[in-house]
Amino acid sequence: MSSADVLLRGHELTRRWGGLVALNKVSLALERGTLHAVIGTNGAGKSTLINILAGEVPPSDGLVELLGQDVTAWSQPRRARAGLGRSYQRNTIFPTFSVLENCRLAAQARTPKPWHWWQSAAHCAASVPAAEEAATRAGLQALLGRTAGVLSHGQKRQLEIAMCLATAPEVLLLDEPLAGMGAEETERMLALLTSLKARHAILLVEHDMDAVFRVADRITVMVNGAVIASGAPEAIRSSAEVQAAYLGEH
Amino acid sequence: MKLTLSSKAIFVLAAFGVLAAYPLFAGKFGIDLVNKIMVFAVFALSLELLVGGTGLVCFGQAAFFGIGAYATVLLSAQADAPSVGWLLPAATGAAALYALGVGALSLRTKGVYFIMVTLAFAQMAYYVVHDTPLGGGTDGIYLTAKPVLGAFIDLNKPLVLYAFTLATLAAVFVFLAVLSRSRFGRALAGIRVNEQRMRATGFSTYPYKLAAFTVSGGIAGIAGFLFAVKDGFVNPELMSWHFSGSVLIMIILGGIGHLRGALVGAFAFALLQELFQSEALFGSFAKHWQLGLGLAIIASVALLPRGLVGLPAQWKERLVGRASRRAETAEVNP
Repeated sequence: MSSADVLLRGHELTRRWGGLVALNKVSLALERGTLHAVIGTNGAGKSTLINILAGEVPPSDGLVELLGQDVTAWSQPRRARAGLGRSYQRNTIFPTFSVLENCRLAAQARTPKPWHWWQSAAHCAASVPAAEEAATRAGLQALLGRTAGVLSHGQKRQLEIAMCLATAPEVLLLDEPLAGMGAEETERMLALLTSLKARHAILLVEHDMDAVFRVADRITVMVNGAVIASGAPEAIRSSAEVQAAYLGEH
Repeated sequence: MKLTLSSKAIFVLAAFGVLAAYPLFAGKFGIDLVNKIMVFAVFALSLELLVGGTGLVCFGQAAFFGIGAYATVLLSAQADAPSVGWLLPAATGAAALYALGVGALSLRTKGVYFIMVTLAFAQMAYYVVHDTPLGGGTDGIYLTAKPVLGAFIDLNKPLVLYAFTLATLAAVFVFLAVLSRSRFGRALAGIRVNEQRMRATGFSTYPYKLAAFTVSGGIAGIAGFLFAVKDGFVNPELMSWHFSGSVLIMIILGGIGHLRGALVGAFAFALLQELFQSEALFGSFAKHWQLGLGLAIIASVALLPRGLVGLPAQWKERLVGRASRRAETAEVNP
């Protein structure tokens, strides 16, 4: 594994809220072509980790490196423009816009052109094709004209991913994309994630253990803000420590 | 290229057509009143860009209106026959400059705090003109020379001023319509609907909001210019929070989220005011017109949640709802 393949690195990330240590020296590296899953019980610090990597919350200590650059002090929009995409656990879409407009607005972040006030955005030669492509990759090509608010929950989760893809990111941070999905929708989402692996580095926070063991190339287990194990799925599954702390409870 | 007109576009074109034709059959009072309302409509459009377009509820819009008006009066004293060509941009620029400063600071806040901070900055401007000799104090200042536009357009004549105001209103309306469809306008809409997603996608939202705030202030300044030229007199009450509140009520009444809502709301508000002030209808109660106006506004907010422009949709929903309920009961009880 050459370091050139590492797209996103978190080094000894720590976050304190007053006396509470939400994240304790967590390190991880995301390589292109791999899906790295982070699992842990509620309160383990998974959301804090994603928020720090994305730039929504600053770390108390530690370093975040994106594509070889130190981005610890960078704002979230700046990191997003540099190739970091993120989806949220709760649907963070534009419910009053159409599916196409949701994706188009996301794609516009790449070619903002705010000064061209006389040009209609709907005819934007850059963002419209990018939006159609992202929506198609996420499986929403038949629903482009639908208002996002009336989509089913599973379709909204697909839109979450599509908006992520519309910005053409290198790294994807996915926060529980399978949340609230039925069996069929989960299958579709897992197929999508597998297809995305080739072009991106993916960090997946999930609770669905079956899904995690099916798609993950590497798993990191967190308990109480610290990493207790990190490695290939089989090693994690057979680790006594992990079974005691986490898997054994299920 | 096939050009289809939506019913909204037809409404707007018809409204402007009526406004253009109005002087033909209206008296002096009517022309003066509609001129005043058109100035308020420009003011309301400036606020609609912020509230309906970007989701920023500004409670200090009157400051930019007042600065535009005061700048017009103070700068026009420099020349005998000041040209609109430099006076209008100067007034607009002064208002936009203050908006830039206010926005740079207040956009650091959100929600209720933002509303209060914008109010505070407007109060600041109010007290500067109210208590210092800068703005002539509570007496206000008179416009010494009405501006001219070129050799032929003398804004001293009511009809010429009416036409100029109408043209300005149309230009502002078209500009905001084009802007709302542009990438910048869509980004503002995204910020209104879900700012977090915009940031996660890569938009630095603060510069967008600041730009919208500044443009909005400039347009309010244009309305202030028009007001100063029409009335020939400015006083501190133009910057009062009552006026900031009135313009907010105008766009709520008309319907937030639609440019034509600002137009409709300005007219509805002004006409309601005229109605309740009418001694012919209310006799001695006319001096308590604010009570009547307030009750009317409460009623409209309760009954028209989407404002006046939402009426057609509201009626349609009631009709369709009634029809589908009948269909349901018909199936159950054949």
